[in-house]
Amino acid sequence: MTAVRNEIEAETDRAGDDPGPLPGAGAPHLPQQPDLVQLLTPEGERLEHPEYPLEVSDAELRGFYRDMVLVRRWDAEATALQRQGELGIWASLLGQEAAQLGAGRALQDGDMAFPTYREHGVAWARGVDPLHVMSLFRGVDNGGWHPRERGFALYTIVIGAQCLHATGYAMGVQRDGAESAVLAFLGDGATSQGEVNEAMVFAASFAAPVVFFCQNNQYAISVPLERQSKVPLYRRAAGFGFPGVRVDGNDVLAVLAVTRAALRAAREGQGPTFIEAFTYRMGAHTTSDDPTRYRLAHEVEEWKLRDPIARLKAYLSRSGLADAAFFDGVEAEADELAGRIRRGTVEMPDPPPTAMFDGVHAEMTPPLAAQRAAFEAYQASFEGGAA
Amino acid sequence: MTHATLRRFALPDVGEGLTEAELLQWLVAVGDTVTVNQPLCEVETAKAAVELPSPYAGVVVELLVEAGATVDVGTPIITVDTGGGTAAEPPEAPQPGGLIGETTANGRTAVLVGYGPRSTEARRRPRRTAVPEAAGPPLLATAPDARSKPVRHGGLEVGRQAEAAAIREDAASSAAVAPGRRGPRPLAKPPVRKYAKDLGVDLAQLTGTGPGGVITRADVDAARTAPAPRADMAISAPRGEERIPVKGVRKHTAAAMVASAFTAPHVTEFLTVDVTRMMKLRRRLAERPELAGVRISPLLLVAKAVLLAAARHLLVNSSWDEAAQEIVVHGQVNLGIAAATPRGLVVPNVKDAGRLSLAELAGALAELTDTARAGRTAPADLTGGTLTITNVGVFGVDTGTPILNPGEAAILAFGAIAERPWVHKGEVRPRQVTTLALSFDHRIVDGELGSRFLADVGALLADPGTALAF
Repeated sequence: MTAVRNEIEAETDRAGDDPGPLPGAGAPHLPQQPDLVQLLTPEGERLEHPEYPLEVSDAELRGFYRDMVLVRRWDAEATALQRQGELGIWASLLGQEAAQLGAGRALQDGDMAFPTYREHGVAWARGVDPLHVMSLFRGVDNGGWHPRERGFALYTIVIGAQCLHATGYAMGVQRDGAESAVLAFLGDGATSQGEVNEAMVFAASFAAPVVFFCQNNQYAISVPLERQSKVPLYRRAAGFGFPGVRVDGNDVLAVLAVTRAALRAAREGQGPTFIEAFTYRMGAHTTSDDPTRYRLAHEVEEWKLRDPIARLKAYLSRSGLADAAFFDGVEAEADELAGRIRRGTVEMPDPPPTAMFDGVHAEMTPPLAAQRAAFEAYQASFEGGAA
Repeated sequence: MTHATLRRFALPDVGEGLTEAELLQWLVAVGDTVTVNQPLCEVETAKAAVELPSPYAGVVVELLVEAGATVDVGTPIITVDTGGGTAAEPPEAPQPGGLIGETTANGRTAVLVGYGPRSTEARRRPRRTAVPEAAGPPLLATAPDARSKPVRHGGLEVGRQAEAAAIREDAASSAAVAPGRRGPRPLAKPPVRKYAKDLGVDLAQLTGTGPGGVITRADVDAARTAPAPRADMAISAPRGEERIPVKGVRKHTAAAMVASAFTAPHVTEFLTVDVTRMMKLRRRLAERPELAGVRISPLLLVAKAVLLAAARHLLVNSSWDEAAQEIVVHGQVNLGIAAATPRGLVVPNVKDAGRLSLAELAGALAELTDTARAGRTAPADLTGGTLTITNVGVFGVDTGTPILNPGEAAILAFGAIAERPWVHKGEVRPRQVTTLALSFDHRIVDGELGSRFLADVGALLADPGTALAF
């Protein structure tokens, strides 16, 4: 994986070359970004990148479109359910579908991902049932999936803490001699956290097989990125001693290619990579937030022109890879999914009270077993038997 | 006849831990057919203004809350007939889920995030072995002190038992003592306690109408507005004083005005101007084809004159930075227009107004005031103002001494334009005259600069041709 290795050197080499048409050049009011890896422009034009060649089948391309539409529909339904009092809170991924699906689909079966609380697209890619995510935001449980079965840890609400878990897990993978990689998700705001920096120091020192995937959605709740960092985030990686890449986070193909390359490098023992997926949070930070208080409507309008789904749709229709029947089919499937999520959320049962004893330890310990037995006996002491 | 299935939607907590929201406007009316997730209304909380989507598909039967009202979380706001029922049912409390503090059909109480314990005593299954009440809760070594606040430990029996005991104690003592006296501590939420304390209402004298006898804000209001009638007052019923809670825009305005009046030393100067020529120009401009459809208001021309004059006197468009001990001269004029709206005084501003053509400025002003009157001004439009005009003339008054919008160096009040006897070309003639008043922050703008600026604005209005000299 020399492409990623050489990123730091390549940056200086590139200075003298004619960069040709620059990625980001087509997008209005965005400074040209010579370092931005892009394989699909906002207008839906396919580009080639010398360091990130990507072979992707037509079916995979259609699959990405379907993934993103379904996840966006889920997100919209969850937001509505929160407004109807059915969820305590919801963190919307609107606008970040490509970053999450591209990264999620780059993972292989044996890999492990450590999400924040917004990675619904990655959860989808890892085969997590949306209702298992909804149960967390409804306050029913802490997330209904089994982290090991899905290769996807539980959501972490504490900002940046999952990076430590990921580095530690990766060091474990290294000691097991396993051929798998770890993907740590974080946001732009998390880069200011101590844990994240500690995680990166350890990852670099031990060449741990971990990839730090930062979705730079431009705001840490209301604080814009320029208040968090004086340098582009991907350049921080150089200070830790591993490569950093900036990828167009609204381009699912580029995210897939870059993340795949970084994970492969990690699996091959070349150590960590930092990926900055340059994207935008189209909605509020969470349902408790009002973004109109800190950003202008025209900024959102500009980013709508770089929508991750619209550009893939444009590419699919223009190159004849999908027709109206396909798009209609995906829409219908999205509505069906939304209906299933709504019903499943509203009718969600409580877990049995004894569920709190499950998953505390890898193996049930005698004291815990005793507590469980005592609790079951206590429950059974009510008329009508145990719940 | 089809059977109605009536469902009520109660105001949810759309933020984390909010207790109330103002219903800004209804987006549906009685008789409308609504679909799931169709926006029903717009509400504003302490955190954000958001639309509430419908959880039901059906026909709107009743709007239970009027626009403009402040509604407690959990209060039903709309009834929807979802049809398809087998029999007419009474309106249900929101069946799916539940709202903060409200008990759902399965007995759970919605807490801030998610759902907490089943706390309804009546729904709990009785123990097989009867535990004597006197023995106290089984998990507690001693009976809880009824005065201590029951602790909810996320559904642990400890909290429930303590709470149940406290309620029992409460019921017993209220039965035992004289009517009007309740238990050791009346039940009410902290904001209601504060509210009652502020109003001087003794909670111990009230009977709560909320769930479980909890005293609600409405109970406090009722106690305040219905004082015990005194015999000597019964003869005549004079109109009692009304107390209007200071909140929202009014509260903000009050704080801003006090801050401004007592930090910036204000000076106000007046200038009475013959604006007959400006009014003539206004008619001529209105006839120009490129300005067709543009509303050329006197305010627009005053705004233009202020912008032209401000370009000559840059210090008028500046701010005092107390912390840095610097005067900040702004690079652009964000022109604020004070607007009276149903929600109070707001001062939205036109960003970089100096760069706009007359037609653009007219458009921006119209949009600004329309949006403000509709109560939809975006927060971004309310911040960053650098210079303000207040059009007191629309109320028919001559002039005033405006208070600076906080952080700004000058504000111009524009009075009514009226025909007055005026000496014009050596004769007394009826002329259209107005009075301008300029208040300025004397730390930044001294008398000379203020006078020159005001004179320039006046000159531009008296003879708009002067603009050529600017």
